Amino acid sequence: MSKLFSAENKAAFSNPINLNNPVAVQVLGICSALAVTSQLAPAIVMGLSVTVITAFSNVIISLLRKTIPNRIRIIVQLVVVAALVTIVSQILKAYVYDVSVQLSVYVGLIITNCILMGRLEAFAMQNSPWPSFLDGVGNGLGYALILVIVGFVRELFGFGSLFGFQIIPDSWYVANGGWYMNNGMMVMPAMSLIIVGCVIWAHRSINKEAK
Amino acid sequence: MEHMISLFVRSIFVDNMIFAFFLGMCSYLAVSKNVKTALGLGVAVTFVLLVTVPVDYALQTYVLGPDAIVAGVDLTFLAFILFIAVIAGMVQLVEMIVERFSPSLYASLGIFLPLIAVNCAIMGASLFMQQRITMEPTNAQYIGGFGDAIAYALGSGIGWLLAIVGLAAIREKMAYTDVPKPLQGLGITFITVGLMALAFMCFSGLNI
Repeated sequence: MSKLFSAENKAAFSNPINLNNPVAVQVLGICSALAVTSQLAPAIVMGLSVTVITAFSNVIISLLRKTIPNRIRIIVQLVVVAALVTIVSQILKAYVYDVSVQLSVYVGLIITNCILMGRLEAFAMQNSPWPSFLDGVGNGLGYALILVIVGFVRELFGFGSLFGFQIIPDSWYVANGGWYMNNGMMVMPAMSLIIVGCVIWAHRSINKEAK
Repeated sequence: MEHMISLFVRSIFVDNMIFAFFLGMCSYLAVSKNVKTALGLGVAVTFVLLVTVPVDYALQTYVLGPDAIVAGVDLTFLAFILFIAVIAGMVQLVEMIVERFSPSLYASLGIFLPLIAVNCAIMGASLFMQQRITMEPTNAQYIGGFGDAIAYALGSGIGWLLAIVGLAAIREKMAYTDVPKPLQGLGITFITVGLMALAFMCFSGLNI
């Protein structure tokens, strides 16, 4: 048991969540991180889907790593990922249809999410299944963390709600005689770029002090 | 014909791959350091789009769609695997052509040429095409034939090209500015792209 959670394995899991975050540091998987974050619920569903797919594709590729010929490895990786994404997309359609409509093509685009290819190439091709699994979960959660931060800011200031529940009291709004208005800018796609830019800024200044 | 032109212009300015849908961000941010390389990658992406979208359109209509091969069978769930296979094959071809005819471009694009295969803009265009087939024909985004598919692919490619060349030009100038240390590099690039996206939103009412 202690071997399963050795220091190296723990590092494979925890590094990508903060110090080596896939979005903020490695700049992978930006496309979907920006597009699905106008509200919190789709951001969380997307983060979880990516975590599951990264973890299991890492395990599968790691099991196959000695038998895959080097020349065609990209195609093999793409097929494994595409099969997993197909399964996840069918599950989402069956159980959380509303969110899957909101995510539209971005579920399919998990196939071309750079985090997956990056982790498969850099980690799963050299390591055994268990560390690969932890690495996959860690990277997925690191990605989900950024999505949740951006989704939180955008939904709170853009709609005044979280998970669809109203947080800002109705009496504050100008329409009801108050002083508050939702910030329409936050709903627009352009703001997610600026918020991610600020998250990266904060992340770098904090980690510089930590060193 | 009118619809094709409208589709073409809309996909450059209104439904821009980068500014409206954030597709192909990874290579967009990484390869936009100088204008010449950016232009090369933009042309390569446009070319791959121009081939894959019509091929995937044919696959979708004649193989995958409901009742396309056998009545009552809907193979749409296989779309992800087939589309990615077409894209990976096409990228291999483009890589061989570029290596043969322009070795200097091949060297400067480096790893990003094979990575066009996992460029979200390419896969995204095919998936949007699949979605747009089912729209009402009166919708400005409707794709109803090979002509429309080609117009959409070309427009999206040129939109992407325009975005990456624009950002590369800004970043070349920005090398001489005094940006706060933690914001340098990636952070400021994101904010620049955000401002460019705001500027492109002015086109959103565009109608032809």
